[in-house]
Amino acid sequence: MSDYIVPLLILAASLLTLHKKENTYDILLQGGAEGLKLLVTIIPALVLLLCAVHMLRASGAVEMLTSVLAPVFEFCGIPKETALLVLIRPISGSAALAAGADLMAEFGPDSPVGRTAAVMLGSTETTFYTISVYFGAAGINKTRYAIPAALFADLVGFCMASWTVRWLF
Amino acid sequence: MVMSWIWSGIVLISLFCAVLSGSAGALAAAIPQGAQAGITLALSLAGSICLWTGIGRLMERAGMTQALSRLLAPALHRIFPGTRTDPVLARELSGNICANFLGLGNAATPMGIRAVQRMVRTEGIATDEMCRLIVLNTASIQLIPANVAAVRASLGCTTPFDILPAVWITSLCSAGLGVTAAWLLGRLTHHE
Repeated sequence: MSDYIVPLLILAASLLTLHKKENTYDILLQGGAEGLKLLVTIIPALVLLLCAVHMLRASGAVEMLTSVLAPVFEFCGIPKETALLVLIRPISGSAALAAGADLMAEFGPDSPVGRTAAVMLGSTETTFYTISVYFGAAGINKTRYAIPAALFADLVGFCMASWTVRWLF
Repeated sequence: MVMSWIWSGIVLISLFCAVLSGSAGALAAAIPQGAQAGITLALSLAGSICLWTGIGRLMERAGMTQALSRLLAPALHRIFPGTRTDPVLARELSGNICANFLGLGNAATPMGIRAVQRMVRTEGIATDEMCRLIVLNTASIQLIPANVAAVRASLGCTTPFDILPAVWITSLCSAGLGVTAAWLLGRLTHHE
C-alpha cells in the first residue's frame, strides 16, 4: 500500500487542479522554486548542526551520553544509539534532522537504528518551537499542562517508533 | 538565542570530553567533516523539497485541505467542543490539522495561530482546548514524511517509503495518548 500512496497522491493533486482548469505544471514549478529558496535559508543551520553532531561524536560525548542513558532507553525498548536524537528532537528541528541523518549514515538506512531514527523524525515535531509560536502569538504565559502533555506525546512517539520498527521489519 | 547557548554548549562539551578521552585530534578532524556533511544533507534534501513544495501547492489549489476538513469535522467536534458553536474556529482548526497532515507546514501555522487566538478566554492562561491543539500539532500526524524519505533514498535505500505504516501508527498513538493525557490533566487541574 505504501508503494501506491505517493504516486496516487501526486496523480490526485494533478488531476484535481487540471479539473479546476488551473495550470498544474506552472503551480508545480512555482512551488518548487519557493521550496528551493526555503532550503537555501536552512543550509547554514544544517552545516552548523552537522558540525556540532560530528564534534559531539568525535569527542566521545555521544558515547558517554549513550552509556549514561542506556538503562532508561533499554527499559523503554528504544535503541540507545538514538539518545542524542531523542534529547534534541523537541528543541530544534534542524538539529534533530542532523542527528537523525547522521544515525542513518552511520548505521545504514535499513538498519534497525537507522529505521527507528527515520520513524522518530517522521512522526514527531519540534515541541518547544510549536508551543512558543502558538502561545506566543496568543499572549499565553500560563501554559498549564501543555508542556508535560506534549512531552508525554513525544515519549509515546519515541517508544512506538522503536516498537513498530521491531514489529514491522 | 536558545540556539546560541546550545551551540556554544555543544562546542564546550565536545572540547571537554575530547580532553578527557584524549581524542582532540579526532575532534579537530570532525569539524570540516561535519560541515561537509551539512552540505551533503542539504543536497540530498534539495530534490525532495523542490518537488514536495510544488505538490503541496497543488494539493492546496486542488482543494484537498477543505475536502479533508469536512471529513474531519465530526471528530473535531468531540475534541474541541468550542467548534460546535463557532464555525470560524472550526474552519481554522480543521485547516491547521489537515494542512499539517498533508505536510503543508507553511499553510498550517497561520491557521493554528488564528485558532489559538480565537480560543483565548482569560488573558494569558491556556485553555484545555489550546493544550489539546498543541498536543495534536506536536504529535505531527503526517501522510508523507518526504524529507526523511529523501535522506534515506540518498543513502542508497531502495524502499525509502517503507517506513510509512510505522510512521502512521506511531503518530496516531502519540496523538491519541497525548490528547488522552491532556484530557486527564485538564480534569485534574480544573480551576474555578
